[in-house]
Amino acid sequence: MRYNEKELRALSRQPAELAAELGMRGPKKGSVLKRRLVKLVVNFLFYFRTDEAEPIGALLLEHCRVIKEEPSVFSISFIEDPERKYHFECSSEEQCEQWTEALRQASYEFMRKTLISYRNEIQKMTGKDPLEQFGISEEARFQLSSWKV
Amino acid sequence: MAGPGSHSPDAAELRSEPREEHPRPELGRGQEVSGGRRGPSLAAMKLNERSLASYATCDAPADNVGFLYKKGGRHAAYHRRWFVLRGNMLFYFEDPASREPVGVIVLEGCTVELVEASEEFAFAVRFAGARTRTYVLAAESQAAMEGWVKALSRASFDYLRLVVRELEQQLAAMRAGGCLGPGRPPRALPPPKENGCAVWSAELPANPAAASSSRPGPEPPPLPPRRRASASIGPLDVASFAQLHEWYGQEVRALRSQWGRSRAQP
Repeated sequence: MRYNEKELRALSRQPAELAAELGMRGPKKGSVLKRRLVKLVVNFLFYFRTDEAEPIGALLLEHCRVIKEEPSVFSISFIEDPERKYHFECSSEEQCEQWTEALRQASYEFMRKTLISYRNEIQKMTGKDPLEQFGISEEARFQLSSWKV
Repeated sequence: MAGPGSHSPDAAELRSEPREEHPRPELGRGQEVSGGRRGPSLAAMKLNERSLASYATCDAPADNVGFLYKKGGRHAAYHRRWFVLRGNMLFYFEDPASREPVGVIVLEGCTVELVEASEEFAFAVRFAGARTRTYVLAAESQAAMEGWVKALSRASFDYLRLVVRELEQQLAAMRAGGCLGPGRPPRALPPPKENGCAVWSAELPANPAAASSSRPGPEPPPLPPRRRASASIGPLDVASFAQLHEWYGQEVRALRSQWGRSRAQP
C-alpha cells in the first residue's frame, strides 16, 4: 500500500500527546523486547530507536484494542487479528494506566463518538444544535445514525 | 539519526520483518513510497498496513466516497480511482469492489485548494515543507468537487479535537450554570481571493494537549474534564477556535462567489 511517508515522518515530529521510553515487543512469535521511544501523535503511535530521530515505524490506532496484560504491561492489537499483539512494558503500574487510558481514547473514531454524545447532550439541554455555528451540522459523519456503541 | 553506521542486529531484523507487513514484497519498499526521495541510508518506515486495509474496507459508512481522477505525478496522466475518506485517512482503490487500497494519503496537516488544471473540477491537497508532494485530484462534477474539498479540509484529527474541546467547554459552562449564547457575533470577513482560488486550511496551530477524560459509552462523560499538567484552556485556545470559525466562514463565502462566477459564464 502506498502512503505519503514524508508527511507521516513530519507528523512524528509534532508535539506528542504522550511520549516515553518503553520496552516494546513486536507481534511475531519469538520477538525480543527492545527499548523504544514511543510517541503518541493524533491517532498514530510512532516508535523510535532510543538514539534516533527518525521513527522505525508507526501504528494507526483505529479499530484497535488496548489490553492491560500485567500490572505494568499493556498490549495493542487490531480487530482483524486480535491475537497478533504488540506488547509494551512500562516502568510502573501508574505509567501503564496512563498509556492504556490515552491509547483507548486516541482514535479518530473515539473522538467522533465523543463529539456526537456532547452534541446530543447540548441539544437536549438547549434545544439547539451546537454544530450549526460551525456549519457542520449536516455532515454525515456527525449524525446520530452513525453512532456505534 | 539512522546513518551508515547503523549496522546493528536491529537493522537486519528490521529488513527481514517487512515481508510480513507487505503482502506484495516484489514491489519493494522504494517503489511504494510516493513523493520525495528518501536519503540513501534511511530505512522505510513500517506501518500496520493490514490494519489500515481492514479499516479502509470496514462496513461502517465512510465520511466521503467517490471516483476521483488522481494525477500520477507532475507530468503524469490522471488515473481514475475509487476514493474513500475515513477520519484523517484518504484511501484510494482501483475500484469500489477492491479488497485492498492501492494507497492512502494521511491528511493531517494538509491544506486543500482549488487549482487550474487540464482537468475540470480539479483541486489539490498540499502539505507544508520542502519537496512534499502535492496531490492533484479532479472530481466528475462541480458538486462532487465542492463536497470533497469541504470534507477533506475538515478531515484532520486536530480539527475534530478542536470542535470536541469547544463543545466540552460549552457543556462545562452550562453545567456550571453559566448562560452561553448559541454563537459568537460574526466578524467582518475579508473578501475572497480575486483569482478564484481560495485556500482552506486544515492546518491548526499546535495546541498543548488537553486531556479528554471522556470514557467510551453512550452516557456523556462526567465534567469538568481532567486535564494534564501541560494543558491550558485559556484565551489562546478560544482565539484559535474563533479564527478557525472565521476560516470556514471565509471558505463558504469563497465557494459561493466561485459558484456565482461559474454560473455567470454559460
